[in-house]
Amino acid sequence: MKAAVVVFPGSNCDRDCKVAVERSTGAPVEMVWHQETALPSGLDLIVLPGGFSYGDYLRCGAMAAQSPVMRAVKAEAERGVAVVGICNGFQILCEAGMLPGALLRNSGLKYVCKPIELEVTNAQTRFTSGYREKRHVMMTQGNGEGNFFADEATLDRIEGEGQVVFRYVENPNGSARDIAGIVNEKGNVLGMMPHPDRAFEAALGSADGAALFQSVMASAA
Amino acid sequence: MKAKVHVFLKPGVLDVEGKAVEGALHDLGWSGVGHVRVGKTIEFDFDHADKAKAEAEIKSMAERLLANTVIESYRIEVA
Repeated sequence: MKAAVVVFPGSNCDRDCKVAVERSTGAPVEMVWHQETALPSGLDLIVLPGGFSYGDYLRCGAMAAQSPVMRAVKAEAERGVAVVGICNGFQILCEAGMLPGALLRNSGLKYVCKPIELEVTNAQTRFTSGYREKRHVMMTQGNGEGNFFADEATLDRIEGEGQVVFRYVENPNGSARDIAGIVNEKGNVLGMMPHPDRAFEAALGSADGAALFQSVMASAA
Repeated sequence: MKAKVHVFLKPGVLDVEGKAVEGALHDLGWSGVGHVRVGKTIEFDFDHADKAKAEAEIKSMAERLLANTVIESYRIEVA
C-alpha cells in the first residue's frame, strides 16, 4: 500500500495529510511537487491537501487545477486509483472537472473554523465503508469558500446516484442541500470540505477521520 | 490588441460580496441601490493579427481558465 500527497505552492495541510495517512494506515506517503508530470508508480491513494494553492488567485483551486501534476492525477483517477481532495483539494477537483459543482464564498461571508458534526450519508463507498453503522462523525472545518453549489439538476443527480457522502448536521456555510462531501460517478474520487486529516487521533479532539484513510487503504489491499 | 474579459457570478448564484457592498451603500444613504454584483475584469495584450480568431481564442481562455462556467458568466471585449 502506498499513498502520495501533492504539494502545491500555498498548500498548508500537506504535512498534516502525510502524518494522518501514515498514522492511520501505516502506509508510506510520498510528497509530490505540483510541477511533476508523473506520479510514483503503484499508488493506492492520492491526496490533494488543504491550503491556499497559488494564493487562491483567480478562484480557489483554479490555478492548481491547471498545474502539470494534475494531468497525471486525472490519468491515475481514470485508471481507478483513489483520489481524495480535502478543503482546497476539493476546490481543485471541482475546478479540474473531476467532480461536479463548485465552491462559493461562505454565505455568512466569514471564514469558518471549528469542529463540525457530519452525517455519513453513504457508507458504501471505498472512503466510508469503515464507518459501518456509525452515522455521525466529528471533523474540523476551516474555510472561507466552502459553500457547495451545483445546479438543481446536478444536485438531484448526485443525490440520486448516492454520490453525496457527507452532509453537515448544522450547515455552516450555505452549502446546497447541506452537502459537505461528494464522490464522482465511479466512486474513486472524493472531495470534502471538512478535514479528516485534522481528526485522526483522540488528542486532536476526534479520531473519526482515521476510518476514512483506513477504508480507502483496505479497499486497495 | 487589448482584450478584456469581464467575469461575474451567474444570475441565481448568490453573490454574498455583492450583498455586503449593497448593504454598505444603503448604510451610506443610497437607498435606491439594488442587485449589486461584484465581478472582476481580466485585461491583457494579445498579439494576434485576426480579430475574429483572437476572439475565438479568448473565448477558449475564458472557458478553460478565466471563468468557471458552473458558477460564472463572462463577456469579452476586444479593442
